[in-house]
Amino acid sequence: MSIGVPAGAAPGRVAFYNDPKVRSIAYQIALCAIIAFLVYGAVDNAVVNMRRAHITSGLGFWNNTAGFDISQTLIRYDSQTSTYGRAFWVGLLNTLLVAGLGIVFATIIGFIVGIGRLSKNWLVARACGGYVETIRNIPLLLQLLFWYNGVLKALPDVRDSYNLPLHIFLNNRGLMMPNPVGHGGEDAMWLLALAGLAAAIAFRFWARRRQEATGRQAPVFLVGLGFVLVPALIYVLIAGFPYTFDIPQRGRFNLTGGISLAPEFVALLLGLSIYTAAFIAEVVRAGILAVSRGQSEAAYALGLKPGVTLRLIVLPQAMRVIIPPLTSQYLNLTKNSTLAVAIGYPDLVQIFTGTVLNQTGQAVEVVAITMAVYLTISLVTSLAMNVYNARMALVER
Amino acid sequence: MTMSEADLSVTELRFVRQTALEARPAPAAMRGATGWLRENFLSTPFNIALTILIVLLLVWAIPDLLRFLIFDAVWTGENRDACREVVQHRAIGACWPFVWERLPYFIYGSYPLDQRWRVDIFFAMLAVGVYWLLWLEAPRRDLGLLYCFIVLPVISFVLLHGFAAIGLPVVDTVLWGGALVTIVVASVGIVVSLPLGIVLALGRRSHMPTVRLFSTVFIEFVRGVPLVTVLFMASVMLPLFVSESYSPDKLLRALIGIALFASAYMAEVVRAGLQAIPKGQFEGAMAVGLGYWQMMRLIILPQALKITVPNIVNTYIGLFKDTTLVFIVGIFDFLRTVEVSRIDPKWATPVTSTTGYAVAAIFYLVFCYSMSRYARAMEARLGKGDRR
Repeated sequence: MSIGVPAGAAPGRVAFYNDPKVRSIAYQIALCAIIAFLVYGAVDNAVVNMRRAHITSGLGFWNNTAGFDISQTLIRYDSQTSTYGRAFWVGLLNTLLVAGLGIVFATIIGFIVGIGRLSKNWLVARACGGYVETIRNIPLLLQLLFWYNGVLKALPDVRDSYNLPLHIFLNNRGLMMPNPVGHGGEDAMWLLALAGLAAAIAFRFWARRRQEATGRQAPVFLVGLGFVLVPALIYVLIAGFPYTFDIPQRGRFNLTGGISLAPEFVALLLGLSIYTAAFIAEVVRAGILAVSRGQSEAAYALGLKPGVTLRLIVLPQAMRVIIPPLTSQYLNLTKNSTLAVAIGYPDLVQIFTGTVLNQTGQAVEVVAITMAVYLTISLVTSLAMNVYNARMALVER
Repeated sequence: MTMSEADLSVTELRFVRQTALEARPAPAAMRGATGWLRENFLSTPFNIALTILIVLLLVWAIPDLLRFLIFDAVWTGENRDACREVVQHRAIGACWPFVWERLPYFIYGSYPLDQRWRVDIFFAMLAVGVYWLLWLEAPRRDLGLLYCFIVLPVISFVLLHGFAAIGLPVVDTVLWGGALVTIVVASVGIVVSLPLGIVLALGRRSHMPTVRLFSTVFIEFVRGVPLVTVLFMASVMLPLFVSESYSPDKLLRALIGIALFASAYMAEVVRAGLQAIPKGQFEGAMAVGLGYWQMMRLIILPQALKITVPNIVNTYIGLFKDTTLVFIVGIFDFLRTVEVSRIDPKWATPVTSTTGYAVAAIFYLVFCYSMSRYARAMEARLGKGDRR
């Protein structure tokens, strides 16, 4: 684009308006002027419009009492005394909860389906292919509405709930499960298990070093499991099980006790996991196909079994290709969790951009804060991704 | 070798076979249908378990699905009584009469009855344009581009919105709905996002720092936030930013939000295509004395866009699915018309919701699946040259 004047040519031969440098500066000044004009116009109009609607801008509303109820709260929240700021945190935590669980389930389903699609078993490959093609081509919003209105809300009401094993009840008010209540001593049990986990990790380091030095393998998984479980089990045998279960009781109109998962939450989690899993399956499939066939053939030639080959040879190499697009799928899942607003799950958008915006009318501030939250999540994740990619490039030689 | 063969012929060792044996066929259990079955389904115990699991799953799901959609379905009826178990005394599947009655609403929304021919003409014109662009052997595809990106948008606007001076009464966008809105939103997204996306992609690769900065910030900002928040911004903040007399209507606000959102994603797709063009192409174009825009228009973009076509179509699939989100800011797109109809008391039965969702699923599945088939065919076609 910038073709310089050849060295040695007499300067000033080109008219100044044809000089690429002058032009580039002129274009940039023009662009800045246009954007400044647009921003000025927008701000000016916003001030006029807000004054007419009697909206005072600023974050003053943050500490005002919210006065509305939220159906699912992970932290203490009370409609009479809690503030809009508190409601924001409740919403953010709900978003993170559903996104975190969704990522776990979507990854599990996605890897199974992605590997299954490459299976030699014709039936398995076709079934997994059918799953991916169907789920990917139906909008997520439709799937969420289907799970919520078509399945969960169509379940029988409380009096005719389905009785699942382990005192779990399923009805149109959600999934109700026994709630473990600790009565002292549960902290000690968890501490023992945690110490066991640390020991297991140390053992894994030791086993790996020994394997590199001598070639002898150690049953890392079994020993590690033992480290985690045995001390905790011995403690339970001596001191007794530190939990009792609060089982849902069938009352006349309702089930009391236990903990319940709201249908909104279950529907959102189901929809997000199933939808994103279809995309993750494609990512996994592409990653595995990117590993050359020679790798698995060489592994078979060495006498490794197919399962071991997949775990030790193919997947570690495929992961390098899989992880960057996998991360962007995780981000998509997090962003898609905003569809909660359509089925009434109290996530950040439903609480903040929905209820708080309607009550306060602070459109600019509320939308800006919500966007900033998602932008932060995205940017932090892409930063982490860049670090990971840099490390991978080093490992690659 | 020749030595030993010569020796053999001289000594004429009768007990050494001199011609190769014909290969024997594989054992019966390893070929034909049995062999295929064994190889595919029964090779290892784990494989057998998988096969059984999938067969059970299919046996559990498919008959139920067929029963619901076809065998137990109700095909004719006047109102909800036709689809109620307590009235009909039989198992009830999908309630199709509900769909027959609501079909015009699903397609046109509340568009005035006597004006619906205008929508039909729009659909027909759009079909011509789509066919012209997608069919690679079509004549004068350059005119097709002009038709789709300039002529069609103008005519469609006049046709759908109305223009009193030529006798077409104005139809307020509040009345638009159903498949019409879904297709309008998707088309506007496509028509705006491709040019805007190209400009943004070029901007992001520009040598001018401010141009690069603004493009990068815009792209990364839009891609970092969910579409729902962009739509909220368009519907609640946009009216604040323009003076009251120019305040855009609800549909236009959503269109602006969707178009900007799609542009950012399109920009990244185009940028990937630009990056795949070897540096020599740029240098060659500059060496023959082309200016920036000539170089882009004649040398770079034709090559970059050609290899990007499958990805562009995939972005459009995403855009088509994303149009459902205008639902949230209160616009009656296809999904919303289904959602409104399913709670209509005239058809309130336990199967109405599922029937409605099944229709919506089929609608989106048909559009998205055919687009993805097209993208895959294009990919195969583009790959042909490399696989020589």
